[in-house]
Amino acid sequence: MTKQLIAIFLAAILTENYVLNKFLGICPFLGVSKKVNTAVGMSAAVTFVMVLATAVTWPIYQYVLLPNDLAYLQTIVFILIIAALVQLVEIVLKKYMPPLYNSLGIYLPLITTNCAVLGVTMLVIEKGAADASFGYVQSLVNALGAGIGFLVAMVLFAGIRERMESCDIPQSLKGLPITLVAASLVAVSFLGFQGLVEGLLG
Amino acid sequence: MAKSLGKEFTKGILKENPVLCLILGTCPTLAVTTAAVNAIGMGVAATLVLVCSNAVISAMRKIIPDKVRIPAYITIIAGFVTIVQMLVKAFAPSIDESLGIFLPLIVVNCIILGRAEMYASKNAVLPSIVDGLGMGVGFTAALLAMGIIREFFGTGCVFGIPITAGMIDPIIIFILPPGGFFVFGMLIALANKLTGNKKDPEELGCAACPMNKNCSKLSAKEGCEK
Repeated sequence: MTKQLIAIFLAAILTENYVLNKFLGICPFLGVSKKVNTAVGMSAAVTFVMVLATAVTWPIYQYVLLPNDLAYLQTIVFILIIAALVQLVEIVLKKYMPPLYNSLGIYLPLITTNCAVLGVTMLVIEKGAADASFGYVQSLVNALGAGIGFLVAMVLFAGIRERMESCDIPQSLKGLPITLVAASLVAVSFLGFQGLVEGLLG
Repeated sequence: MAKSLGKEFTKGILKENPVLCLILGTCPTLAVTTAAVNAIGMGVAATLVLVCSNAVISAMRKIIPDKVRIPAYITIIAGFVTIVQMLVKAFAPSIDESLGIFLPLIVVNCIILGRAEMYASKNAVLPSIVDGLGMGVGFTAALLAMGIIREFFGTGCVFGIPITAGMIDPIIIFILPPGGFFVFGMLIALANKLTGNKKDPEELGCAACPMNKNCSKLSAKEGCEK
């Protein structure tokens, strides 16, 4: 059990990295990864919402949608839950935890339409359907790992972009193109983790 | 009338190409373009959702209260995504398999919400449909270009038909994630070069978001990076 959880967690961070391997959450990855501190803030907010969204959507899917033959409503129900959840989190944080709100709050509205959040809630359902031992706890660990993986990719990349500021780049490559080429190189390095989790724990 | 409609249609393909110029919908662009066929499947599915949601949102633009418009748009879009998902599952199961999670994720594709907010909510039904169609074709064209390039270099085939296979070893990395980032970067660089677009690098982030003008929440708190 513990071994399985560690394997899921590590796989979600390294081999199944949501940004660099699954291409989920590219918009914030390219948009907010300019400075290390904003990258950390955004990733923390994403991780938080990912875990929370999985914690809510998983039981709803398994105990409300599935028994009533409503699985086809998954997309619509999940996106509404996430939108409502983000609003709720924002209100609660504003009222009871102003310091946390000040550091995460500005990123929250951006998260509703972040495909990484909707992606993780759907992927854990998919994994659960394929493998019966992949239950609620595994799903939560997977969501946490996905969030941490997002953080790792964002922070690594923010560091690279800060360095790139002072480089002499050809005119037509300036801005997004060179950022994407850099992202490609970071993704190459993450390919190196392939098979690592199986090798460590298998 | 016909002339202006034509203009609405072509702007999405060239001048305001959602992928290469407005940099929207990057996730599916990178993820599903490992083969040209997937690119077309994704493009057609997204175009269908875009046209339908633009039509409905435009028709309901006077009924939907301003305060709840975003949740209302998302619900409408999600409804159409579900329909498209079911159609694809029924009639093109192989496409469904290769698009996987990215089919339901059309719902959070910023092109669709962006067009709803920027265009359909302000214009009549017919121009909105044409706008959706133009943007959809632009999206499909960009995806197809990516798909063909990646499939050709990565496998030596185009649309599954071998071209250089057996003569030149394919560069497999092009169909792996890094190749997606690289080809996309090069395509944008090419678009920049051709249009002479001296877009400031600072325009990324919130400025690239179609909602930034309406996003009072962010501007009030200076959430956007300047």
